[in-house]
Amino acid sequence: MTTPKTLYDKIWDAHLVDEAEDGTCLLYIDRHLVHEVTSPQAFEGLRMTGRTVRAPDKTIAVPDHNVPTTAGREDPKNMTEDSAVQVAALDKNAKDFGINYYPVSDVRQGIVHIVGPENGWTLPGMTVVCGDSHTATHGAFGALAHGIGTSEVEHVLATQTLIQKKSKNMKVEITGKLRPGVTAKDITLSVIGHTGTAGGTGYVIEYCGEAIRDLSMEGRMTVCNMAIEGGARAGLIAPDEKTFEYVKGRPHAPKAGQWEAAMEWWKTLYSDDDAHWDKVVTIKGEDIAPVVTWGTSPEDVLPIDALVPSPDDFKGGKVEAARRSLEYMGLTPGQKLSDVQIDTVFIGSCTNGRIEDLRAAAEILKGKKIKDGLRAMVVPGSGLVRAQAEEEGLAQIFQDAGFEWRLAGCSMCLAMNPDQLAPGERCASTSNRNFEGRQGYKGRTHLMSPAMAAAAAITGHLTDIRELS
Amino acid sequence: MDKFTTLTGIAAPLDLINVDTDMIIPKQFLKTIKREGLGANLFDEMRFDRQGNEIPDFVLNKPQYREAEILVSGDNFGCGSSREHAPWAIKDFGIRCVIAPSFADIFFNNCFKNGILPIPLPQEQVDILMKDAEKGANARMTIDLEAQEITTSDGQVIPFEVDAFKKHCLLNGLDDIGLTLEKAAAIDSFEATQNAQRPWV
Ligand code: SF4
Repeated sequence: MTTPKTLYDKIWDAHLVDEAEDGTCLLYIDRHLVHEVTSPQAFEGLRMTGRTVRAPDKTIAVPDHNVPTTAGREDPKNMTEDSAVQVAALDKNAKDFGINYYPVSDVRQGIVHIVGPENGWTLPGMTVVCGDSHTATHGAFGALAHGIGTSEVEHVLATQTLIQKKSKNMKVEITGKLRPGVTAKDITLSVIGHTGTAGGTGYVIEYCGEAIRDLSMEGRMTVCNMAIEGGARAGLIAPDEKTFEYVKGRPHAPKAGQWEAAMEWWKTLYSDDDAHWDKVVTIKGEDIAPVVTWGTSPEDVLPIDALVPSPDDFKGGKVEAARRSLEYMGLTPGQKLSDVQIDTVFIGSCTNGRIEDLRAAAEILKGKKIKDGLRAMVVPGSGLVRAQAEEEGLAQIFQDAGFEWRLAGCSMCLAMNPDQLAPGERCASTSNRNFEGRQGYKGRTHLMSPAMAAAAAITGHLTDIRELS
Repeated sequence: MDKFTTLTGIAAPLDLINVDTDMIIPKQFLKTIKREGLGANLFDEMRFDRQGNEIPDFVLNKPQYREAEILVSGDNFGCGSSREHAPWAIKDFGIRCVIAPSFADIFFNNCFKNGILPIPLPQEQVDILMKDAEKGANARMTIDLEAQEITTSDGQVIPFEVDAFKKHCLLNGLDDIGLTLEKAAAIDSFEATQNAQRPWV
């Protein structure tokens, strides 16, 4: 009898090129996604050493992090000079090294983690890397996907492999059904609230259970996206019929003839019943509430109907961290979270910039107006998402409600482009990080689901979606 | 890559948990296409006010820590993005070793690629080193990678663990890519097998 394996074990074994005695492994990489911010030094390294890109057909580049999301951005004059230099460097590197490329003028351009799945580059059982921590997103397809640094980007470009040691296996099971108003974002934030931002360090997480199975592919991507905020190297969800359905027919998915062979392998990609787990976390789906973050770490999560905590509620280093967070966020212990007034709403990012996210927000906003004086923007995750939302009439709903309707990119998720919070400005955001200064110097971020962000746009304060009928 | 063998230097105490990569190097400094020069903006938003004046309270602005080569910090150091600009900034400032109870995975890896030694230690031992670092400039610590030992200013020796392969690369300043390219034959044969078994990849 063969030893039972987890999904992670199976993908790992299928990509092992070499294993040294001390367990240091060389892992083959099937897809390498590249963006403008973390790649210039890697290409420079290749040039300096006279190396080439080993597998240009497995390498896909797209500018997303610092491109403006306003009209006219194809003209470098409409970018800040340093951003234009980075984008021009990517243009040139993509051309010189012959890799797949979606420039800003291409309708398929968008956030790298949305572009990959959308075009069928991301497939079950693959290894996927990108010089970006949210590469975990692709794990929703049952692909082993993780973020790497620029030196590793160079390593993958040159060798199509990565030097790795195997992580431990962690199972996060979300049992049963979710309650109304609870979304994939609430699941993933609640898991981090439960395990802490370092809880997943050293692990690859596999999310499973009925509540995960019930999610759409989009929801699953939201869950895996934030595995990194929980400290994990990667998040995985075993592929199933929904996955295959999503993948089928995409431009780079296997074509007829190969499809059947692919399916045959993909169907073996699940954790065996008696596989060994180094850690297991089980959360009941019905215990998850719509949540928001109150602090400056993604683990600072509470149900929307809770009160702002006090530093004394914590232990150890967290006491000082909570004090610092509350001061930065301008919140008072004991205050109702749903009383917190906001200035800005941001809907977008690789966590929640897909069509289903826009649908969920538009559903709430239909026929409504945003609160007077509020700034609100929707930044679709890709040009294709944007086009589809226009076709479905969602863009009109957003615009009628008072939202700005932008072009695709990372935008205010990390505020490297002109979309930034002013000091003290408070934002209801569907992105993934609420770190100090993340969305702009001294900006204050509350993370939440698209529906909750839309609700906050209407009322002007953090809002319990269940009370907005 | 620069070698790391032994280091005797000033250790700066940064007693904060979850020091994230946005704190280490805010995104406005990521728009560079170079690896150098980022030290000037290490911990920018904690180190300088908006006018660019130093914030005197911040540890690396204190006279006794301006030349720090070691950083002692709290749990989950380097969490957040994959930006290698974080270790580039740390190294460019002159810090070659970071000690904390735990590190975020990608940051931890990135350090080794840049000649920086990250040392995870149990909280009690970090507490001892934090106290030692708080003594200021006269409190020089010594890190000996070969022996895997930290010696505090008063001679207390604390052993640490390090991955054997990473240690070997750091001690010898080895370039990973060069090492991997020596295995080109194994990569070729993997690709040939994969092309046969999973041609759609
Ligand atoms: S949307 Fe945000 S988290 Fe996602 S890749 Fe862009 S900057 Fe990173």
